[in-house]
Amino acid sequence: MSDLLLLVPFVAVVLLNLLPKRARAAALWVAFGVLALEVAAAFVDRFACVNYGWLASLDRVLGIHLATDGLSELLMLCAGIVGMAALLVARKTLDETNEQFYFANLVLVALVGINGIAMVRDLFSLYVFVEVTAVATFILITASRKAEGLEDHAFEGAWKYILLSIIASVLMLTSIGFFLLSTGDITLDAAKGALASQQPLAWVAMALFLCGLFIKGALVPFHGWLADAYTAAPAPVSVFMAGVVTKASGIFALLRIASSTLDGAAPGREILLVVGAVTIVVGAFLALTQKNMKRMLAYSSVSQMGYIVLALGGDLRLGIVAAGLHFFNHAISKSQLFTNAAAIERELGTLDMDEMGGIGSRMPVTAGTTAVASLSIAGLPPLAGFWSKLLIVLALWNAKEYGFAAVAILASLVTLAYFLSLQRRVFFGKREERWAKVRETAPGLLVPAVFLALITIALGIGFPFALKILLGGGA
Amino acid sequence: MTIVIPQSFWLYFTFFALLLIDGLWCMLATRNLVRVLIGIEILMKSVTFFLIVAGYLSGRMALAQALVITVIVIEVVVVVVVAGVILGFFRKRDSLDVRNTRDMKG
Amino acid sequence: MIWLTLLLVLLVLAALWASMTTALLRATLGLALTSALLSVVMFALGATLAAVVELSVCAGLISVVLVSVTSLTQPRSLKEAVEARKNRLHRFWPLPLVLLGAGVALSFVRVPVDIILRLPAGDGDVRTVLWSMRQLDLFGQILILLAGVFGVLVLFRKEAK
Repeated sequence: MSDLLLLVPFVAVVLLNLLPKRARAAALWVAFGVLALEVAAAFVDRFACVNYGWLASLDRVLGIHLATDGLSELLMLCAGIVGMAALLVARKTLDETNEQFYFANLVLVALVGINGIAMVRDLFSLYVFVEVTAVATFILITASRKAEGLEDHAFEGAWKYILLSIIASVLMLTSIGFFLLSTGDITLDAAKGALASQQPLAWVAMALFLCGLFIKGALVPFHGWLADAYTAAPAPVSVFMAGVVTKASGIFALLRIASSTLDGAAPGREILLVVGAVTIVVGAFLALTQKNMKRMLAYSSVSQMGYIVLALGGDLRLGIVAAGLHFFNHAISKSQLFTNAAAIERELGTLDMDEMGGIGSRMPVTAGTTAVASLSIAGLPPLAGFWSKLLIVLALWNAKEYGFAAVAILASLVTLAYFLSLQRRVFFGKREERWAKVRETAPGLLVPAVFLALITIALGIGFPFALKILLGGGA
Repeated sequence: MTIVIPQSFWLYFTFFALLLIDGLWCMLATRNLVRVLIGIEILMKSVTFFLIVAGYLSGRMALAQALVITVIVIEVVVVVVVAGVILGFFRKRDSLDVRNTRDMKG
Repeated sequence: MIWLTLLLVLLVLAALWASMTTALLRATLGLALTSALLSVVMFALGATLAAVVELSVCAGLISVVLVSVTSLTQPRSLKEAVEARKNRLHRFWPLPLVLLGAGVALSFVRVPVDIILRLPAGDGDVRTVLWSMRQLDLFGQILILLAGVFGVLVLFRKEAK
């Protein structure tokens, strides 16, 4: 299945560009179809042994360097679902057909990059696909020139992302050089061997690579670019970025490396624990102080990514399951929150939470779905986020990291605090005169929000079953 | 087969570090967006050099060359895209001053 | 070894010139020179194919891109240019000293780098490696070029109108 996951979106992009110009309106739906296939593909290997026939021969074009496992299926599932949501948001928020066309194309290019990240077993190819995703995202952030009110910041947000991305690239490439020196090879297996035999150069290399990924994943102290990039990006792009781009190129790569090379090695674990805990706390308190809704959501993302990294520092087997599950939950809920933010921005023309208030009764569906996603991220039972946080705490407990487990639990309270503050400032309280005529947003924006909220609820209720499907064999 | 990394590694590493410092300084100290791009380029040069040295010293020159060729292609695309971003910024603000990219707060 | 060291010194000097000089066109020239020197170094180390690619793509293509960006963004507002020129030296004069200091300091450090390592069997020709072992990277190259095409279409769009 693996090569096709790279080839199908790629071929789709090429074909889209061969179409006559008047057929460009169909691009969003073509991309939607590809993403639906992606979601299906994430389940195929798990549920049925499909005999590919002639497809199997096509599946060997790119050689033998790709492999899927539970983790990669998880990322593909996230990418598919979040990408579909982003396309639906794009349909309602990008006005020109041309903009929609380029959005669809670039999402597909980024998707190939993300699928590559999901499946590679080699540090340099990992870097290549991270860079593909990043370049597609640079263009996506700056692409829309008509986003009112936010227009002036698109370049600024993109610029910060670009600068830090390039520093991350330099770190990763230097690290690859060190791996080449210390092992003579750049596969993850070789790296694992070198780390296990305590080669100092290999540890330098690993530290550099992790630093690069910390930047890509916007972990404290490298979180500076994220809030600007998310806030500056057009609505559908921030859905896509928050849901899957940052996660794939930073956090997923980290998951992959931790699960295949670190293997409970002591120094690596301590770095992950400390970075994770600091990220959780700093991100949560920064979120608490924000006025702009997208900015608050961005810092919340930073904080939640900290949980994933923290989980990797715990008991590795359980930690990876917990991290993967939290990865999925957060991708779903956060892209849903950004969808809600897009709806609010579209109806109110602002994202400043101090100007809002009392619109809950005017936009009941948006208010309801926002509540579901925020409570899930804050970790309230029985929503999906509760289970993943429980597993993270358990993973830490098993590894006897009681202090870090306490940090994880206490920071949940801060999470709850900023989300309640968001609810209060946006949806409850006294309604200002100017919002008296606000209506519930277009169905096109409600559908993805409701759908994602339903996933959160369903996953929360059917958790044990879902855990088996999602991570059964992989982790 | 085993080899020992020769002491010359340190010589190469020194020059790699110097290029790296130069690139970073150029990237961070300047106030002109185009010169940031030049700083980025110097950084990429240093990394290219380091990869080649790594290949040379570890006896995997063919692999290192393959990697460097890919890095160069990526480098070109990144430069073109960043140039486009700078151009867009210039058209909007009529300025190339880095300080104009620091409006966002919080 | 002495020749190589001399080349490397020149390389760093060229990069220094590229970052210190005032005019952007001269900086671009400095960068092209850096690239050219780097490709000579690569050639000396035995990376012939990569050296050719570096020379043609980096010294050639990227210089073209940089020159066109420079000319498209001229003239900068006069005030900005004058102010920039005045303040530049404040921010850049320590750089040569820092580089010199770092160079001297690093040349005195002696880290035990005699790490013994095992090599996987044989390293073939670069073309074989690229085409038969790194197809995935080639695919990545095609993909990122595609992304670059979209970047040109989207970011340079106003030029067409």
